[in-house]
Amino acid sequence: MTEETVTLEVTRYRPGHDSEPRTESFAVPYRKDWVVLDALNHIKDRMDGSLTYRWSCRMGVCGSCGMMVNGVPKLTCSAFLRDYYPGPIRVAPLANFPVIRDLVVSLDDFLEKLRRVKPWIIRDVEKPVAEGEYRQTPAQLDAFKQFSMCINCMLCYAACPVYGLAPAFIGPAAIALAYRYNLDSRDEGYRFREPILSESVGVWECTFVGECSVVCPKGVDPAAAIQRSKVAGAKDWAMSMLMPWGGRK
Amino acid sequence: MTAPRAAGSGLYYPKMSPTWWLSRPGYIRFMIREVTSVFIAIFLVILLIQVHKIAQGPEAYAAMVAKLRAPGWIVFHVVALVFALYHTVTWFMATGVIQVVRIGDRQVPPALVVAGNFVAWVAVSLFILYWLLARS
Amino acid sequence: MSPGKTIEPFWWSLFSVGGVVAAFLLPVHLFLHGLAIPLGWVSLSHARLLALVGQPVIKLYLFVLIALPLYHCFHRLRFILEDIGLHGYRALLAVLCYGSAITGTIATIWVLLHI
Repeated sequence: MTEETVTLEVTRYRPGHDSEPRTESFAVPYRKDWVVLDALNHIKDRMDGSLTYRWSCRMGVCGSCGMMVNGVPKLTCSAFLRDYYPGPIRVAPLANFPVIRDLVVSLDDFLEKLRRVKPWIIRDVEKPVAEGEYRQTPAQLDAFKQFSMCINCMLCYAACPVYGLAPAFIGPAAIALAYRYNLDSRDEGYRFREPILSESVGVWECTFVGECSVVCPKGVDPAAAIQRSKVAGAKDWAMSMLMPWGGRK
Repeated sequence: MTAPRAAGSGLYYPKMSPTWWLSRPGYIRFMIREVTSVFIAIFLVILLIQVHKIAQGPEAYAAMVAKLRAPGWIVFHVVALVFALYHTVTWFMATGVIQVVRIGDRQVPPALVVAGNFVAWVAVSLFILYWLLARS
Repeated sequence: MSPGKTIEPFWWSLFSVGGVVAAFLLPVHLFLHGLAIPLGWVSLSHARLLALVGQPVIKLYLFVLIALPLYHCFHRLRFILEDIGLHGYRALLAVLCYGSAITGTIATIWVLLHI
């Protein structure tokens, strides 16, 4: 009995050989419990060992396996073949990023922007360990918890047309993480992040398309974080106009 | 949009299509929402002209109202009304996401914030209608 | 403003306020002045309208109703044009769009002062 198959149309690109990407078709077994990542692993194991792609945890927490599946940014470990049956399924590298090889994109721009927003707790003075932990009420945790769920998978950057049109835009995840730390009651670093967000390539590039939040696999809702940051930024700007001598923490 | 580099240099820089906004339903909805502003702007100009005509006298105003009875203008205003309502709906839904309302320690559910906006909108609209039409 | 700071928050704030005004007030006025009055569903005498728009409070209301949403509309138009490929002309687009909104504001003030 021949096994049912589904066709994957996978982007291939070899630096130094190809001037632009091309598509290769593979017929992989159609298994109801398989995800696109399983299909890619099958191709690499049994059909073409040169296929190059990133993956790690295969359960949606590491953020490594982001790719375009039928034109939509997805974690391939969470994209079930049965949802795309009968196919064909187009698998392409994550949009809006330079392609290194096949399905692997360069993360440099995102990592640089992530560093720029200083996504860590900043204290004026670190509390000594002997004095105990920082205490947070459930309400204080609620204020930022949703935005801490980011796994840096960059699906939001692939979904954001503004990032595609204007790559200098700092982008959804970076702003959401800056917002997460600004909201953390333990953090005192707002004044370091505010100049980054208030640049024209900071929050003001965003036109609230909202697709970043639609594709986010962890429900971070970066679009909400960005719009709330715009409100905060507008208030800051108004205060700086009215009271140029004043300072925020 | 960046141009692709030559073979041998390594990285491939993808181009963004000028019709990117047609490629996904979410993008199309976004464009429609943005385009509502064009119709609103045109209506605002027409409204300003109407106010000016009121000041110019009964004949001038009546002449303008007669012009607005033309099928073309009626169609425009129907379309503009639909777009204005789309703006209202999308704006209130955005408000629910952006405006975090806290009572004491608890956050008001966004759906309630949105509903509150709609209730206020209906109240304001009805008040305007009453104020203009019911009072002599 | 310190280096790196931009005037974008100013335009965004106007866009926001204009958006709120448009969301709450425009549908009913579109219905009234674009459909109900021309089609004769309601009758408002010219004398009554003239008396209304002559009042300073109504003039203020009309200014808010007409001038503020202009900033909302032209802010959106500016970004529509940037997003369909004119991102390289953003300085020119900003001047044209916000300039139009400012022109509309001046025209609104002129009309209201000449009632």
